[in-house]
Formats: sequence, structure tokens, C-alpha cells
Amino acid sequence: MSTQRPPNAAITGIGVIAPNGLRADAYWKSVREGLSVLDGITREGCGHLPLRVAGEVRAFDAADLIEERFLVQTDRFSHFAMAATVLALDDAGLGAAGPEDAYDVGVVTAAGSGGGEFGQRELQKLWGQGSKFVGPYQSIAWFYAASTGQISIRGGFKGPCGVVASDEAGGLDAVAHAARGVRRGTRAMVVGAAEAPLAPYSMVCQLGYPELSTVEDPRRAYRPFTEGASGFVPAEGGAMLVVEDERRARERGAEIRAIVAGHAATFTGASRWERSREGLAHAIRGALDEAGCAPEEIDVVFADALGVPAADRAEALAIADALGAHGTRVPVTAPKTGIGRAYCGAPLLDTAAAVLAMEHGQIPPTPNVFDVCHDLDLVTSDARPAELRTALVLSRGLMGSNAALVVRSGGDHAR
Amino acid sequence: MTRRVAVTGIGVVAPGGIGTKAFWDLLEGGRTATRGITLFDPVGLRSRIAAECDFDPLAHGLDPELIEHVDRYIQFAVVAAGEAVRDSGLDPDREDPWRVGVSLGSAVGGTTRLEHDYVQVSESGARWDVDHRRADPKLHLAFAPSTLASVVAEQFGAQGPVQTVSTGCTSGLDAVGYAFHTIEEGRADVCIAGASDSPISPITMACFDAIKATSPDNDDAEHASRPFDANRNGFVMGEGAAVLVLEEYEHARARGAHVYCEIGGYATYGNAYHMTGLTSEGLEMSRAIDSTLGQARLDPTRIDYVNAHGSGTRQNDRHETAAVKRSLGGHAHRTPMSSIKSMVGHSLGAIGAIEVVACVLALKHQVVPPTANYETPDPECDLDYVPRTARPRKLRNVLSVGSGFGGFQSAVLLTGPAGRTR
Repeated sequence: MSTQRPPNAAITGIGVIAPNGLRADAYWKSVREGLSVLDGITREGCGHLPLRVAGEVRAFDAADLIEERFLVQTDRFSHFAMAATVLALDDAGLGAAGPEDAYDVGVVTAAGSGGGEFGQRELQKLWGQGSKFVGPYQSIAWFYAASTGQISIRGGFKGPCGVVASDEAGGLDAVAHAARGVRRGTRAMVVGAAEAPLAPYSMVCQLGYPELSTVEDPRRAYRPFTEGASGFVPAEGGAMLVVEDERRARERGAEIRAIVAGHAATFTGASRWERSREGLAHAIRGALDEAGCAPEEIDVVFADALGVPAADRAEALAIADALGAHGTRVPVTAPKTGIGRAYCGAPLLDTAAAVLAMEHGQIPPTPNVFDVCHDLDLVTSDARPAELRTALVLSRGLMGSNAALVVRSGGDHAR
Repeated sequence: MTRRVAVTGIGVVAPGGIGTKAFWDLLEGGRTATRGITLFDPVGLRSRIAAECDFDPLAHGLDPELIEHVDRYIQFAVVAAGEAVRDSGLDPDREDPWRVGVSLGSAVGGTTRLEHDYVQVSESGARWDVDHRRADPKLHLAFAPSTLASVVAEQFGAQGPVQTVSTGCTSGLDAVGYAFHTIEEGRADVCIAGASDSPISPITMACFDAIKATSPDNDDAEHASRPFDANRNGFVMGEGAAVLVLEEYEHARARGAHVYCEIGGYATYGNAYHMTGLTSEGLEMSRAIDSTLGQARLDPTRIDYVNAHGSGTRQNDRHETAAVKRSLGGHAHRTPMSSIKSMVGHSLGAIGAIEVVACVLALKHQVVPPTANYETPDPECDLDYVPRTARPRKLRNVLSVGSGFGGFQSAVLLTGPAGRTR
């Protein structure tokens, strides 16, 4: 039996399509400055709905990065994912040529809303005109696997391909899935999530979430950890990462941006936010354990920050439960208050922010939040300089999942 | 130290009968459950046939409130999971809930209910700016694909890793595969694994019409699903669910559980070729098969049965035949390979799990289920497809393979009690 340790899973590329930036550098600039881009929804056919505020991706033209033949077959959520993949591969230095061995690269995405806009258009044809008007791409554009399939085809990636159709926390599960793929011997995994839930019928579907904020003032709509917490604001967009065998990445001269060190996931029931305290704490302990990381080593926490009082309380307590005394001292941040929650894309954006924060030595602030009412050191107003080696990213889903991810800085790990 | 993964319980909701007994009776008898669609009026569609489940959720003890709020495919999953957990003898109250996970697959999730409510809010497709006041307040449960795993986890008190897998038509195989990895890697000791879909709805039928993937044999529904037959003309839509209780082997033994078989290996690859197309070489599926055999350190000649994807499209049947020949070599011609889709149709994401349960039952009964309706050999498909009649056979190592839209190619290896090499 070989005693060789499994490979480390290194993040070598980051691609972001977010409401506050269309590349990782633009995203980081907005996040660091605490810019809030929450705004009225402008997508066609949404103006009459009692959900006014969201984080929209604007000025995005998928044709800048993706060929027309892929665009006509796919929904906006796959456009985001494909574009973010191009950016991530470029960032990793894997953009130009395809992989030497097609089986060296796999693809995993998480999806929580599917191709809703495309689906609504085809439903309209079916019910408005008749079944013969349904187009040939409906069968491959609406379903949750669309982005993984198209990324695999476009890139020529034949490695293990997967799709976690999940609530928000599934975004972190997908990252862990990719890291395990690397540990099981796949050279590199393209992983992430991007969502496009701001189409009229998709929005109608979300109105039933009791956690949804319907506050109409963008500055007050999403304010977790405050007395004014009134729910969450949805968003579109997300991020894709390249996760790679660290040793082989170094051999090809790639920069190791970070190491995916630990992950754990639990389930405590949909909308049972008080119980999520125990579930999230359990997930944090599991992720620390897998990472071989002591609580005191955590330098920053990227919070789930749902914005529902019971959920915020549960999260603050879970951090304290799992990190002990360190839990009230460790800086906590939630940059997503400036962009909204892009469902499975949200924890991917947080993971990207965590890597960028470690690289820049700055903890980004939590936009629109000033008056914290929990025992947390929440970073507000301005970015805080700090030496960051290890970040903890938290996510909870509306259907009851809790997940924690430990990410170590590439520089630290390389010593 | 490698953790072994045992199958200790199975449950199924399939066309032709609910429960593993009715399911096996159908397969062993080589009977087909395909018929004219009754779930909605299919007038105007090219393919108006399907394999439907005669399913009464109340008769299966489901809570009326659950029935009202969750889609048919989730109701299937709850019933199938109930049978599997009972069959396993597992008492969820005596398990550490953090060590119990759920991994369930679905290709199209809540689209049936989404379509139903869409018709109301859009006034039958008349408006883009849909009217939210006409929507069910619990519609988010159909919108969120994770409702599937979430509802099942709640029912059985699972608090470990809970996930919904959606890799098109390999969702069922992959959900079982993810659960296998979850236990093997030590992230859970027990996993409720399987898949469910209820795609017999106007939009899903229409979108397969649009690409002519489904059979138009509306006048002969009973014989419409003819995998590997020279005169096949597409798949027949199905619906259903299957769930397995997977368990770490020592955990199962410690509580004295009956072990049906072990999961010997799992692999999945992308074909990076086409969202709906398949090559005639089957390289990626072959690689998935090779990988599972490698994990189990099993020589290809030890495979006793292949449960085919066998959808009944020409490209699939050629692709898969080539893949199995590539992996098993000359042994392929001595290995029975059948498609139960000939009897229960193609229930998209669910079918992979239903086929794994068929393999567990084949191992249990030492009988290979047939390919119903197979009459005319196709020169391009020259393996032993077990025509029409079930066949007793000594079975130890059984493969289940699948292909899905998006290019997914997956394989699961099951090893019966006598087949373990020590």
C-alpha cells in the first residue's frame, strides 16, 4: 500500500462575472471599496413584481468571450458560467491550448435555478403557439447540467464531470467535489457556479421564500447582523475557479493562489435557522479537522450573512461555538451585502474574495451594514489591512444545507 | 485503509408497479409498462406514449400536506426511500444523524409543477410579465432542485452531507457514485442514495419531440421501446424513483444487516463532444468501465452482466455496444447485456438508480432481466442482448452504465457476496 499523500488541491485561476465586476480584478476593486450595487430590477417583464431590488449583472456581453453557436444553445446562467470559465482558465495560464490529455481536466458546477429565462421563453412558445414551436435547444438549455456540459464540450475536457443541483451551500460542496477529484488523481478541475434567477417566472418562483427581502430601498434591503435585517436580496452571476494538483501546477510554473484545505457539509432542515447553529458549527469543525487547522489559525471568516434575524444569530453563535474565544475576535465579513446572494454562485464569489483578500492582505468590508447587533467583529465601512493566511468561508442554503470551507493562502503553504 | 460500501436496502417506484416485488415481477416476466399517456392530454405531440407509474401517494402513507406542496417526483422519492430504509432494517433514531447523508439525483426536478403553475401565471403563454398572484405560495419548492434531497433528509433525520445531483440522464448513477465516495472517504457511514424524476409533462415531451429522440409508435405503445433492435426508433419516456441504503461495510455488519452486495467502483467522464450526440466509438464510457474495474482490481472477464443504458436510439445503442466491446474485449460476446428501458421506459435522471436496483435484484435472484421487444438483430449491435426472456445465470460482478445529455458517461460496479476477492 502506498503511503504517498494525496495531492493538494490548489486554486490557480479565478474567473468572476458579478454584479459589481466582470473580471476578478474589477470584482476585487468593488469588494475592497465596499461598493454596493444593489439596485432596482431592470430585467424585462419584472417591473410589476413585489421584489424590487437585486444584484443584476449589467453591461455583460457574452459574445465578447463565447462563440455564437454556444450562446444560442444556452441560457444566461450558462453564459455567465462559460464566460467565467474563460477568465479562470486565462488566469490560470491554461487558456490558450486545450489540455494535453483531455482526461486531465474535469468540470463541476453547482446550480440552484437552471436556465429559467430560456425555459420561460420555450414554455411561452409551447402554451402560446403549440408544441411544434418548442425549439431544439430547450432539452439542453433549461436543465441544471447545461453549464457543466457546455464547458466540457467547449474546452475539450473529458475528466470527471459533475453537477450539484443545490441550495446556496452547494457552491462550497462543488469546490470540495473538485478538490476531491484532484486528490483522486485528476490533474485539474474547472469548478464553480453562476446563476441567472432574475427572469419573470423565476422571480415569481422565488417569492415564496420566507427569507426574501422585499424592502424597496437598495441601501436598506439586505442588512444582515443588524436590527434592521429584513431578509436577503437575490443576485445573478458567480465565479469559476481552476483547482489543480499543486505539485503539477508548480511544475508548469503556475502561481498557486490558494489551497483548498478542508470542507464539511451538514443538513439541519429548510428555514430552521435556529437549528442551523448546530449544523454550521458542526460543518466548521469538520472543515477545520480536514484542513488540520486549529481555530486560532482562522484569520478571517466570510459569513453566510442571510439577513434574517434568527439566521444571523445562529451564525454568530455557530462561529463562537466552533472557534471558541477566537470566534468573537476573528474578523468577519460579508461582501455579498453589496451584490446580493447569487444562490450557488454566492459562496463561489466569497471564495474568490477570500483568495483575493489573502493575496492583498486586506479584509473587505460589509456594505450597507454599520450597526452590528451580534457579538462579532464584523468588518464594516472600510477594508481592514491584515496578514491573512487562512480563511473560513461559510454558506447556508434555503433548503437546509450548511457548509464550511477552509482556504489557505498559496504563499503561506509554499514555505 | 479502504472503507467498503455495502448495499443494505432497496426501494423502487416504477411503471408497472410500486415496490421492489412488483418491479422485479415485471422485469422477470419481460412485461412492458409503456402505454398511451394518461397524465395529460398529449394531443398534437409526435410521441404520445410513456411508461407511467400508477401511483397513489395517500395509499403509500404520505402526509396530505406534503402531497399538496411537493412535486410528484419528490413523492416518488419519499416512498422509494421509505421502502429502502425499512428493507435495510436501519433505525434512523439509533444512528448518529451527522453520519447519515443523502445523495439523490434528478435530471429535470420540479419542471412538471413549474409548468403547471406557469400556465396559470402566464394565462396560457399569453404574457411574459407573468402574474405572481396566480402562483402557488410554495412554488419555490418546485424551483429549488435541492428540495428533493432536503425533503428526504427531513423524513429520515439525516444531518450529514445532503446533496441533489443533476447530471442529466446519468443523475441516478452519479448520485449512487457520489454516495459511494461519501462513505468510502469517511464523510458518512450511511447514505440514502438514488434518484427520481416525473418528466411526463407537455414541455418535456415537446422538447424531446423537437429533437426526435422519442419513439412515435403511438399505435403500439407496448412494443415501442426496442433497444438494440434494428427497427428501434427512439426512447419511450418514463418516470419513477429508486433509492438504495448504502452503508459502510463494518457498520452494516455490526448491526447484523443483510448485505445485498457491495459497490465495487464508480467512475464518470465527459465526452466533450456534443450535448446530445454520441460517437460510435464509446471511448469515454469505456474509460468509465475500465476505471471501475481498476478500482475493484477486477479482470474484465469477471463481469457477468452489463445493465445497459439501452435507450433505443440508434446512436446510443451503437455507442454503448462499442464501449462494452472495447472494455471487455472478447468477453463482451459472452456477457449478457440488457436494457430494462424496454419495459419501464427512460425516466431521465431516475433511470440510473432504477437500473442499479435492477442489478441488485438480478444479483439477489441470480437472474438476468431481458430486453423486451427485441426481435430483429442489428448488424451494428452484435452482443447478447437477452431477448425477451429473463435468464437464470450465476452472477457475481455486474456493471450498470449510462449516458446523459451534456456528455456524461458513467459506470457503477456491483459485486455480490461471493464475488469479493480477498
